Formats: sequence, C-alpha cells, structure tokens
Amino acid sequence: MSRQTARGGDPRKVNGELFTLTYGALVAQLMKDYENDEEVNKQLEKMGYNIGVRIIEDFLARANSTRCNDFRDVAEQISKVAFKMYLGVTPVVSNWSPAADEFSLLLENNPLTDFVELPEGHDALIYSNILCGVLKGALEMIQMDVDVKFVQDQLKGDNITEIRLKFIKRLEDAVPVGED
Amino acid sequence: MAIYSVYIINKAGGLIYQHDHNATRPEVEKTFSYPLELVLKVFDDKIVVAFGERDGIKVGHTVLSINGTPAEGRFLKGGRDILETIGMEENYPISIKFGRPKLTTNEKIMLASMFHSLFAIGCQLSPEPRSSGIELLETDMFKLHCHQTMTGIKFVVMTDPRQMAVDGLLKKLYEVYADFALKNPFYSLDMPIRCELFDENLKAAIEIAERVGSGST
Repeated sequence: MSRQTARGGDPRKVNGELFTLTYGALVAQLMKDYENDEEVNKQLEKMGYNIGVRIIEDFLARANSTRCNDFRDVAEQISKVAFKMYLGVTPVVSNWSPAADEFSLLLENNPLTDFVELPEGHDALIYSNILCGVLKGALEMIQMDVDVKFVQDQLKGDNITEIRLKFIKRLEDAVPVGED
Repeated sequence: MAIYSVYIINKAGGLIYQHDHNATRPEVEKTFSYPLELVLKVFDDKIVVAFGERDGIKVGHTVLSINGTPAEGRFLKGGRDILETIGMEENYPISIKFGRPKLTTNEKIMLASMFHSLFAIGCQLSPEPRSSGIELLETDMFKLHCHQTMTGIKFVVMTDPRQMAVDGLLKKLYEVYADFALKNPFYSLDMPIRCELFDENLKAAIEIAERVGSGST
C-alpha cells in the first residue's frame, strides 16, 4: 500500500540521476557488446518497444484519457501527459505536415542525456533511441502504426532534440470490438 | 454484499486470470441408509442428482465426497467407482456430501471466450457505432460488470446484485494489472498471469471494494 501513497504524493519515485546513469550504463554496455552503432540502435529500439507495449496500460490506467479523435490529440497526449508523467518534461509539439499526419516533438533538455558526451567515431549512434521504441510500442497497442525517429539531437551538436512521428496506418484488425 | 469472482480476458478472448473470491457455495452432507432414496446419474463425467430433491439436496447437485473422501469425476479419490460404492449394501450407512459443482478450469476458459464473443455481438447489435459493449449483465443472483480497456483487455467482475462502486474496483484492477503483471519483466504479454504480488494486490483491492461498496448495511 505504501507504493500507492508514494505515487500520489511525489510522482518522482526514483532519483533522476540514478535513472540517467542506469540508462548510460546500459547504452555503454550495448556498445561494448555489439561494436556496431546500427546494431546498438536496433537493440535500444527493441528494448523501448517492449517497454512501450507494457507502459501503455499503466498510462491508460492512470491518465484517465479517452480515445483520441485525430493525430493532434495524440500529439497533445504524448507531450502534455505521457512525457510529463514518465520523464517530467513537456516537449513542444510542432512542425506539422500539411496533412496533419506527421509532427515533431522538440525536447529542450532530454533527461536521458544529462551527463553524456558522445565519444569519437560513433556518429551513427542514436543515444536515446529507446524513446522511439517506447513511443512505437505504446502507440501500436492502441492500434496506431507510427514511424518514430530522431531527426535532430543535441548530442550531435544540433540546437534542439527533435523526434519525428509519422502516422502510417490504423491497425484495423487489432481494434477491439465496439471501437471500429 | 460480496464480490464473487474476477476474470481477465486478453484481446484474443483467452482467459489470462481468474480468481474466486467469496466462493461459498452451499454444500449439504447427509448420512443415508440402504437403499438410497435419491436417483443419481452420470452427467458430463460427474455424478449428478437426477431425482429426489430433499433436505437442501437439489436436482443438479453433484456428489462432492463420500465418507469424507473427495470425488474426482465419476470416481472417489483412490479410484473407487462412486455408483458402485453407493450400490453396495455393505457400505451403508453412508455419508454423502452434495453441492453445486465448481467450474473446472476448462469450463472457465470456455465461458470466458464465449463472453468475449457475446461482447462482440453486443457491439454489433448496437444501433449506433462505437458501443461500449456489455458493461453490466444483471440476474437475480448476481451482476456481471465488464470493462474493456482501449487495448482490448476485458476485466470482468461478478458481484452480489447489491454491491456498489464496482466501477472503482474495475479501474483499480486495471492499475493492479498494469503495476504487478506488466511491470514484472518476466511476465509475457497475453499469457496467464502467475505472479504472487499480483494475487496479493488483487485480493487487497477486492477486499477494499467490498467494504466501500457495501453501502448502508
């Protein structure tokens, strides 16, 4: 029961630095194990995906959100509710495509990269690629096939970190009855 | 007031969790002398009362045990045939316990997937699209409450008809599922839930809901 009360009072249950360091250790170990940045990116995305398909239930159970009507609602929920809930930051939603099926999440400061400097010769590494996996996995469980990728990263000298989400299709056969 | 049982059904209609909470089914034990006044028959591989309702023993009740030895299908534990045992005069006086048969695991799985289909039919019958499906099914003896999440998982709770605040319980169960099943890294999605922490927290949630929802009584 003490868990529940802790959750109600302070949403940050674990020291943020510990979280950042744990993730850093994980990426460093993957880089040692695979020696190939592409493979590391793939592994990170896979891990993220596995987190996403689980965390979505936690999100739905607690956020009391209803089904989104369009992709703008989705963007709003991701930035204002989900990122706030799990990472304590609120990315800016922008760069909408004319068809409103593509947008960017702009992160001023990415909590995963607080102490990180990329070593030489690892230009292909997408350090925070786990976030792409999480978003993809979570959205897939609510029947949206979405392409998620980093287009800018402060770690690589860009001004801002930008995650691009592109709606591909609704996964019709996975839609629960009553909602199709 | 009581909450009888909880079922969790995955999006494919498979039962992934079932818990009987207040399974106080009436059982009647009685000592008989030869010959037995009741007519028993074999039905669905169980010994069932076919005729001769008396002293709380009803038609449809099954033999649960004889002289304290539990029944397993048509046989007693240890392998003796029940009908044969009852037919022999030297076994009397004999004490037989009757009661409503418990649902077997297979039956529960079958009923859960059948409910899954009924739920889908319910949605199809709706005159307007986007029906929520079956949320409440009411009978004189119990109410069935169902909540389907956006990801397609169904939480089904069977309660006493007077039990209140079941919506809160359904929401709480979803939280317990998200916390103690999904956040357990060794639980695989859509598979039966076998986690002790999940069991404990689910029971605690049910007990709280029972106290909260018993209203004025």
